[in-house]
Amino acid sequence: MTDRAAAPGLAAVRAPAAGRWLAWAGHVTPWVIAIIVFFTAGGYLSLGTNALIMILFAMSLDLALGYAGIVTLGQAAFFGIGAYAAGILAVNVTADPTAGLVFGTVVAALFGLFTGALILHTRGVTLLMMTLAILTLLFEVANQAGSLTGGDDGLHGIRMDRVLGLFRFDLWGKTAYLYTLVVLFGWFLVAWRVVRSPFGRSLDGIRQNPKRMRAIGTPVWWRLLAVYSLSAAMAGTAGALSAQTTQFVGLNTLGVFLSGIVAVMLVLGGTRRIYGAFVGAVIYVVVQDYASKINPYYWMFIVGAMLIAVVLFLESGLMSLVDAARQRIERALGGPGAR
Amino acid sequence: MSFGLTILLDGLAFGMILFLISVGLTITMGLMRVVNLAHGAFAMVGGYVAAVLTADGVNYFLAVLAGMIAAGIAGGVCEVTLYRPLYRKGELAQVLLTIGLAFVAIAALTLVFGTNYKTVALPDYLESPVDLGFRVYPAYRLFLIAVGLALAAVLWVVIDGSLFGARLRAAVDNRKMAISVGIDVNWLFTITFVGGSALAGLGGAIGAGMLPLEAFYPLRYLVLFLVVVIVGGEGSFKGSFLAALALGIIDTLGKYFLPEFAAFVLYSVVILLLLWRPHGLVPPKAVA
Repeated sequence: MTDRAAAPGLAAVRAPAAGRWLAWAGHVTPWVIAIIVFFTAGGYLSLGTNALIMILFAMSLDLALGYAGIVTLGQAAFFGIGAYAAGILAVNVTADPTAGLVFGTVVAALFGLFTGALILHTRGVTLLMMTLAILTLLFEVANQAGSLTGGDDGLHGIRMDRVLGLFRFDLWGKTAYLYTLVVLFGWFLVAWRVVRSPFGRSLDGIRQNPKRMRAIGTPVWWRLLAVYSLSAAMAGTAGALSAQTTQFVGLNTLGVFLSGIVAVMLVLGGTRRIYGAFVGAVIYVVVQDYASKINPYYWMFIVGAMLIAVVLFLESGLMSLVDAARQRIERALGGPGAR
Repeated sequence: MSFGLTILLDGLAFGMILFLISVGLTITMGLMRVVNLAHGAFAMVGGYVAAVLTADGVNYFLAVLAGMIAAGIAGGVCEVTLYRPLYRKGELAQVLLTIGLAFVAIAALTLVFGTNYKTVALPDYLESPVDLGFRVYPAYRLFLIAVGLALAAVLWVVIDGSLFGARLRAAVDNRKMAISVGIDVNWLFTITFVGGSALAGLGGAIGAGMLPLEAFYPLRYLVLFLVVVIVGGEGSFKGSFLAALALGIIDTLGKYFLPEFAAFVLYSVVILLLLWRPHGLVPPKAVA
């Protein structure tokens, strides 16, 4: 039943057995792949870790932008603030990964709460401009506060203790990968639960018609603020993971380009379906690994072209192709989709 | 006193550049409700063309004119090929496509010209300072103020006084009604888009001394251009003129007195202002 919600517009109720089986296969596949990657990636494992972090980041954007319809280009602000918070904590206070993760998440969430309270009264272009302005301001702060953030050179010297005092971050990034995977899975469960809750449904309504939602008594502003903060927390976790696993934070984590990148990932995979973030982020990270070796600006060109192409030709993302395939399978299996 | 006047002049010069570049954006966002995040790219195209031509020894004004025309053509081509399919799509699609276009422009210019700053060489008489009585002031900035005022006047006459302007205002206020009474809004928009891009190109070319030209130009100043439009009130020419001058002066004040925190001063003022007047200084008629 959950899948109908993930893809509104799909043919109505499906045959119980075949449908449920396919749905379960769909749920298990990404995580099985993630575990297979762990055993087979070898030298590319750090790339895999990066992909997992980007999945989390894109998923955070899906909550705010996909579900709640908050058109933002400031998502990098939360990623960056989470990364800097975790990094600064590790350099100056404690090298415990869990503490850093929680700290980065909480700081980003509070920042989301604060800025959200300021800007979520507005809509449309004004809101977009506000998110950009806040991102620009943060960039300036990080740039000016060189003694704390390293300014233009980035934040170096992040050391990590064992995870939970047990697992040492090894040279091959095995711990980093599993650590990231577990955190991603935790957030995935939260996101999955949230978008299917009444709260998540009300976000759907707010995206489609905020006036009507207000008229039927939904506290629109509070709902938006809640999801914006949740999204910020999630992005903050992604940033903190990035700081901890790469042991470096650069100013580009607070750049508009990163906001653009995460939007590409999300839209490429498909908004409002959680797994869209998985598909988009993985494709993005893999392609980027090849392309940026040639020339970073060449890469920027591809990102831009991808954005344009997705908008013009594939608005509902790659996952819509998966939907189409699944419908076909179900039809072949003789479900009600056969009509 | 003379110090205050200097700040005022500096602020005005900066504000004029902001106005020139942003006025096209005001029109496109007000008229067609297209969130055009690639607007700065057209300003950059104008600037780069002028920079390359002046480096080859072409007359300054011819180079600026060429930059303006190039930006106008680029705007026209993009409007017909990329923006047209976008009008009926949602805000998100517009944001994504236009920011993508900005990325493409940045990457393309970097691949061709590298990451170095480009300068538009000024003729000698603009390079030299002028004695204003109370102090010696760069002729270049006076030139910016003069051009800005002249163009504001021309735009004023065109928009308030001409049939074209009347149609444009009608389409901004009520697009459906404008179409119903037989105004070809699509054609109007293409022309306006070309005009807005050309003005951006002009601003990028003559403003290169204040907003330095480099590959990341469209992103670096994007917020500034959006701020002018939104603080002014979407689709309001008077509003964006006032907003551009006010922001120019506020930014200059910030840079003089709190150089470390200039960006904070500017954006704090903007955020407070929008909390006070969410639809800008001169709100669009639909919400006024």
